[in-house]
Amino acid sequence: MLEQCEGSHAVAHAVALCRPEVICAYPISPQTHIVEGLGEMVKSGVLEPCEFINVESEFAAMSVAIGASAAGARAYTATASQGLLFMAEAVYNASGLGLPIVMTVANRAIGAPINIWNDHTDSMAMRDAGWIQLFAESNQEALDLHVQAFRIAEELSLPVMVCMDGFILTHAFERVDLPEQAQVDRFLPRYTPRQVLDPNEPVSIGAMVGPEAFTEVRYLAHAKQLQALQLMPLVAGEFRQVFGRDAGGLISSYRTQDAETIVVALGSVLGTIKDTVDELRDSGLRIGALGITSFRPFPIAALRAALIHASRIVVVEKCFAVGIGGIVSRDVRMAFRDRPLTFLDLDWGIVNRVLERERTTRRSGPVAEGVLRDIGMVASRIG
Amino acid sequence: MFQVRMHGRGGQGVVTGAEMLSVAAFLGGKHAQAFPSFGSERTGAPVVAFCRIADTPIRLREPIVAPDALIIQDPTLLHQVDVFAGLRRDGYILINTAKSFAQLGLGEFVKGFHPERLLTVPATDLAVKHVGRPLPNAALLGAFAALGGQISLDAVCRAIESRFDEKVARGNVAAAKEAYEIVREEERLAETHHA
Repeated sequence: MLEQCEGSHAVAHAVALCRPEVICAYPISPQTHIVEGLGEMVKSGVLEPCEFINVESEFAAMSVAIGASAAGARAYTATASQGLLFMAEAVYNASGLGLPIVMTVANRAIGAPINIWNDHTDSMAMRDAGWIQLFAESNQEALDLHVQAFRIAEELSLPVMVCMDGFILTHAFERVDLPEQAQVDRFLPRYTPRQVLDPNEPVSIGAMVGPEAFTEVRYLAHAKQLQALQLMPLVAGEFRQVFGRDAGGLISSYRTQDAETIVVALGSVLGTIKDTVDELRDSGLRIGALGITSFRPFPIAALRAALIHASRIVVVEKCFAVGIGGIVSRDVRMAFRDRPLTFLDLDWGIVNRVLERERTTRRSGPVAEGVLRDIGMVASRIG
Repeated sequence: MFQVRMHGRGGQGVVTGAEMLSVAAFLGGKHAQAFPSFGSERTGAPVVAFCRIADTPIRLREPIVAPDALIIQDPTLLHQVDVFAGLRRDGYILINTAKSFAQLGLGEFVKGFHPERLLTVPATDLAVKHVGRPLPNAALLGAFAALGGQISLDAVCRAIESRFDEKVARGNVAAAKEAYEIVREEERLAETHHA
């Protein structure tokens, strides 16, 4: 059913269709309308059986999700920004315990200075926490990724973070196709936990592991994440069969076939980049865009295949690792250790100009059109 | 693509206005995208919201810097904020006021714009009359339906009904319809005048 609605509303609707049994959230800033919508649905009985638990902090939100998931419930929570950092310790526990929790992160900057606007610093800070991280380009994709996230999480017994740009997507009204319950039921079977904490049949999970095995445990976690690289394209293919549209998978390519320059990015800025690619193509520049949907696990092989013929790769970052620079660009380089390539990092001059423009528009995120025009100029100078 | 920028003050419903405009466009079969300028807004502070309308899916997520139309909910912003920044010369201006452009001190500024694309409507008065509260959105959208040709009055009314409960919706629909008729009447007068 087509609806014109807010991104948060679309995601709340999608999560409800996935029949979560426990939703917990800390309902003050930084929070979105997502859990507000879900809270209303639980209270009014639209979403049942489901328990909505108001907790006293984000740390408690993840802790309760862990407890609920370990007891065999399909568990969901949402957060953003400082909230995600506050739950950090529990975030690591959720993946270490292999619990298929799904969490929305409405990506926002981390203070100080106080900042409510969008960047990717919050989820990037959790990139090594053992969760699968998926980034949505639009509200439709955010909605679709949530449906896929529960499937992936439960098939692998791993938690999945669905990242969507705060405000830019969560607060944007646009057209979405809301699936039918029957479609979602067909795609997402009832949750059958692999292990359940049950007082009648007591087991321990996450028990102490000493140095003699801890390395192996971490390596196993890594191997399990890499399995997702095989699974996610299959899930996306099945999603296409049931819902009739493309979403998810590892990466998405746009006009990259014969591109000399490919711009790599995550999240909602891809839409603006695609429009700009069209304009630059019209002016004769052989340029394309590549979106990374799965940031963790990082799809090195898929990226390599998609970027191998490009002579110039540009990574638009929405998170800056102070002390070294961009995070995504360093990961992308992993795919090309053996090949000399021109990497155009957004140097200070370009970044500064973007910030100038941001200030005048009071709007966060890279002003992609300006950035790409600048890059086009730089690139022509480099020749 | 048709791009609308709405200016108002925190508490007047600027963001809701842009959202309802997008819903009206959607109900008319178009693609639409509405979003606020994000900030820690306070009641009374200047607020901006955006709406894009197109026949094809909208990917662009830039703030609107070169609008085709401006909807100004609060005329006290006119000389405080650069509300006209980037407006195309063939663009539309809709201001919530009982005054004329000349009376607002904009007579010189709007020379060179298409006069039939400039409009003032006493939307707050209409809202007080029909809804009992000074929230001008519905009346402005009704007037915009008559002005820009991007959305129909019927779609505006249905967008209002989808947003509010029956009683509130009824008053807002009445305000939208009266604003629409005011614009239509002005257009008829202008045509007669030119003829």
